[in-house]
Amino acid sequence: MLRYTLLRILGAIPTLLLVIALAFVMVHAAPGGPFADDRVVSPDIEANLNTAYDLDDPLPKQFLRYVGGLLRGDLGPSFRYVDRSVSELIGGALPYSLMLGAAAMSLALVLGVGAGTLAALRQDSVLDRLIMGFSMTGISIPVFVVAPALILLFAVKLKWLPAGWSGAPGVGRYVLPVVTLALPQIAYIARLTRASLIDVLGRDFIRTARAQGLGTATVVRVHALKPAMLPVLSYLGPAIAAILTGSVVVEEVFGIPGVGQFFVRGALNRDYTLVLGIVVFYASLIVALNLVVDVLYGVIDPRVRYR
Amino acid sequence: MSRTIKASAVFLGVVALLALVGPWLSPNDYVTTNFEKLLAPPSVGGMHFFGTDDLGRDLFVRTMLGVRVTLIVAIVASMVSLVIGVAYGAVAGYVGGRVDAAMMRAVDTLYALPFIFFVILLMVAFERNFLLIFVAIGAINWLDMARIVRGQTLSLREREFVEAARLAGAGTTRIIFRHIAPNLVGIVVVYVTLTIPQAILVESFLSFLGLGVQEPQTSLGALVNAGVGRMESASWTLLIPAALLALILMSFNFLGDGLRDHFDARQAS
Amino acid sequence: MTSFRAITALAIAALLVTWGCSEPAPVAGNTLQRGLPSDPETLDHHKARSVQAAEVLRDLGEGLAAYTATGELVPAAAERWDVSDDGLTYTFRLRDGLKWSNGDALTAAHFVAGMRRLVNPATAAFYAQMIVDIENADGIVSGDIPVSMLGVEAPDDRTVVLRLVQPTPYLTGLLTHPSTFPIHPGAFETHGDGFARPGKLVSNGAYRLDAWVPGSLVSLKRNPHYWNDAATSIDAVNYHVVVQNAAELNRYRAGELHVTSTVPTDSFAQVRDEYGAQLRIAPYLSVYYYGFNLTKAPFSDNPALREALSMAIDRELLAEKVLGRGERPAYSWVPPGVHNYEPPRLAFAALNKQERERLARLRYKEAGYGPDEPLQVEVRYNTNDTNKRIAVAIQAMWREVLGIEATLINEEFQVLLANMRAAEITQVFRSSWIGDYNDAHTFLSILQKGSPANMPRYASDEYDDLMARAAAQVDPERRRLYLEEAERVLLSDHPVIPLYVWVSRHLVSPQVSGWGDNVLDYHYSQHLSLKTTD
Repeated sequence: MLRYTLLRILGAIPTLLLVIALAFVMVHAAPGGPFADDRVVSPDIEANLNTAYDLDDPLPKQFLRYVGGLLRGDLGPSFRYVDRSVSELIGGALPYSLMLGAAAMSLALVLGVGAGTLAALRQDSVLDRLIMGFSMTGISIPVFVVAPALILLFAVKLKWLPAGWSGAPGVGRYVLPVVTLALPQIAYIARLTRASLIDVLGRDFIRTARAQGLGTATVVRVHALKPAMLPVLSYLGPAIAAILTGSVVVEEVFGIPGVGQFFVRGALNRDYTLVLGIVVFYASLIVALNLVVDVLYGVIDPRVRYR
Repeated sequence: MSRTIKASAVFLGVVALLALVGPWLSPNDYVTTNFEKLLAPPSVGGMHFFGTDDLGRDLFVRTMLGVRVTLIVAIVASMVSLVIGVAYGAVAGYVGGRVDAAMMRAVDTLYALPFIFFVILLMVAFERNFLLIFVAIGAINWLDMARIVRGQTLSLREREFVEAARLAGAGTTRIIFRHIAPNLVGIVVVYVTLTIPQAILVESFLSFLGLGVQEPQTSLGALVNAGVGRMESASWTLLIPAALLALILMSFNFLGDGLRDHFDARQAS
Repeated sequence: MTSFRAITALAIAALLVTWGCSEPAPVAGNTLQRGLPSDPETLDHHKARSVQAAEVLRDLGEGLAAYTATGELVPAAAERWDVSDDGLTYTFRLRDGLKWSNGDALTAAHFVAGMRRLVNPATAAFYAQMIVDIENADGIVSGDIPVSMLGVEAPDDRTVVLRLVQPTPYLTGLLTHPSTFPIHPGAFETHGDGFARPGKLVSNGAYRLDAWVPGSLVSLKRNPHYWNDAATSIDAVNYHVVVQNAAELNRYRAGELHVTSTVPTDSFAQVRDEYGAQLRIAPYLSVYYYGFNLTKAPFSDNPALREALSMAIDRELLAEKVLGRGERPAYSWVPPGVHNYEPPRLAFAALNKQERERLARLRYKEAGYGPDEPLQVEVRYNTNDTNKRIAVAIQAMWREVLGIEATLINEEFQVLLANMRAAEITQVFRSSWIGDYNDAHTFLSILQKGSPANMPRYASDEYDDLMARAAAQVDPERRRLYLEEAERVLLSDHPVIPLYVWVSRHLVSPQVSGWGDNVLDYHYSQHLSLKTTD
């Protein structure tokens, strides 16, 4: 197992290097620079800034130095947040992003599977049509429309929930962002669950179970739901991507200081190190988590062989 | 085929047609500004069927243009993803073995990448050119296609007609493109139909970030984004493009789902 | 399945990370909630560069001089100052018993240390050019002269002496800028460059830093050691970072903010109707302009063409219809309202619309263009709703009056900047300038030859000469005349098309009193007070 783990880590290195190189080339290819401003500084000051941030060197050398820093776990200083390091910024923003994403995903799973199951059991009923209609709408309206509309309704008009995030007390400030982010995912998952459950319910082993006199609830809970969940599980990959995209919008609109917002601002301000840091961080996190989970699977289920 | 599919197909056909010929139904064009008629509400008599925007430009013509641009972006992006995905998936599935394992491992890795970040970087780095939007969006979407095509190819590979071709001395390339690819058409069509709405959403997301198409061109995403700020004061600037966007997305989804069911049923029989 | 495992692990990681991650509790009671349109990049007042950071820093720190709520310059940390007859030596007398937020005594040496750090090349301060008129500042920034040679001295604990290379009548205005504030040597030495954080930052203004979540919130608390603490009414200030203007408006409407940083374009009319007196609009020391690239054809040797393009624009229509938020049409480069300055106006300003358009067509023809040979021109602007509206409107005006075929190119801000600086592919570009201090020099100096902000690459010996003469004047009246003459030369050369003067727009809650409108759009929290309704 140790050998397997080591091999996997070695295998991940080229991928990560490729990602870093790609991102590095792209941020530096972008016109402008971190110190460009319509308030143009004098050449002397610009020279001082370039020296302070080692931007004088040729790009390959900068790249090597960056990778060298990475090996020591150093993501470098941020160009815009002049007295902060990238690690500090990501470390500060990550909890908010993860919390938002995890909460939205959990909500989407619970509501999506629930609604989908309900719709499948009452196939072609009014309830089914309502759920499916709602879910189609949920998929079809962009997050950047839903978010301001929810704010207008629940914060400005009804004043039930805070409109903004900063300084608002307690859990209330998470409600609208999480719901906004979860909505399209609830819709997708409900549709997947319904389709899959209808398919499973038509199979022989369910008919057998029913024939044995088991109630619908038991049949669904014990026999049908598990196989019906497979398509839902395989959807979770794209769901991560969707949540990541959605959270950029949600963080912008609600003013949540998460990683997505830092990325977008960083890209627009040419904060080279911050942008690179976030890309590198996300890529390595996903690679590392995959590895950890694979290894854990092996521990839990001995049938999994390492090759 | 169910009524929903038919209705979706008809709706999409009508919308596409309108996007093509719609601008001629109105005396206006999409660039002319009119500072006497800023944000005029929709009226048939005033010849602004969908009202005007904050520069007094006719929203009917601009919406039709937006639909056109959005559909083109989405379709071309889907084509990009189709070409890459089908080629990649078919090769992996047909060649099999270590090559397949390696190629699919690569797809898994790519799934792990924060793609949207790369799209943003691309947009920032190479300014916004229209072509690039297609390519960038297509580049995100080919992974699903590759997986599905690979799965299909794996099963097709074992079928008699492929075996026959192989025995007749056909090369790998010929088999993939002559014998396997045509049999993938059904599933590919279904997935393209489902990829298009995703591409439309990505386009609107880029518009939200201000990284979308250039003025005076527009897209549904750009129109919706412009309308969001006037949700209360000039609701038609939001409602009309948003409704169209939603209906188009729904139609593609219904169509895709319906075709998939249809296709599955045919395969099962 | 791989993805399922990934998300499970992500969720677990999320829960672990969020464990124990808590927010500073918002201060209740007498707390002012202000909107801030972007994150302060740092609260190190020497390294900060954004207007937003400066706004927060004016609450945290204090310079030798400051502004009142309505924009009058008043002594601040200094109680008075004297200027030598040649205008080259300023002697400031500090108030008695000044203290830092930790209770330490604030002495003249701390002002010297602050300005030395500002020009020190190792600091790489963005605003080092702020005090370029002080002796040796230039040479220190370029690394040729040691920092200790800066013409700033502290002969005793309460006296700061500044020696200048030329009379600089706006010097005291510069000293309100956070980059000239003093630095607490202890805090800086203990914590190094990371000294500007909650718990570390020692400041000398009406407030001290309490908490800071980057990208979200900066919280300040009253500084009891501030010399004028008795006059400070509000106990705590929360600056909320709200990047989207529409989101900021929603927060105001939901009662979460007392003061907004702006009002979104789209909702302006609605806000005006709904909030009336809560909407505060004031001219802003700024000019929004289109620049010509004077290094390339077609604009390099064709002043008639430049004049024609400038004349064909209906600035009243732009300001009233296209913008309609209180902006004023600009007929001069220096905006009106500048201290001791009466800007000359473009020659055609007195003509009516018909006359202007007729004259524009005449000039256009003189320049060698006409209906058969229309000018084809590219207009670049950075992606933004207002810029788009202006560009589309100007494109239409040029088409209607002159038959010009203009192509609009919107670029991301950084891209536009890079293109303007290169001056290779640009033809007409959008830009703007915001005054750093209340003097015509802040506008006129950028169009001198060699100025890094001279985007059109305007180079006129006559103009530069008049500017040099103005700089040498001690007498404010004579200086003013030279500056005005310089602008007259500038306006007749048409290197730029001044379009309109920005306005500052704020929503200010009826609970807030003490708000004052001013051209610099500075709003010190210490001038405000809050009526608690409940």
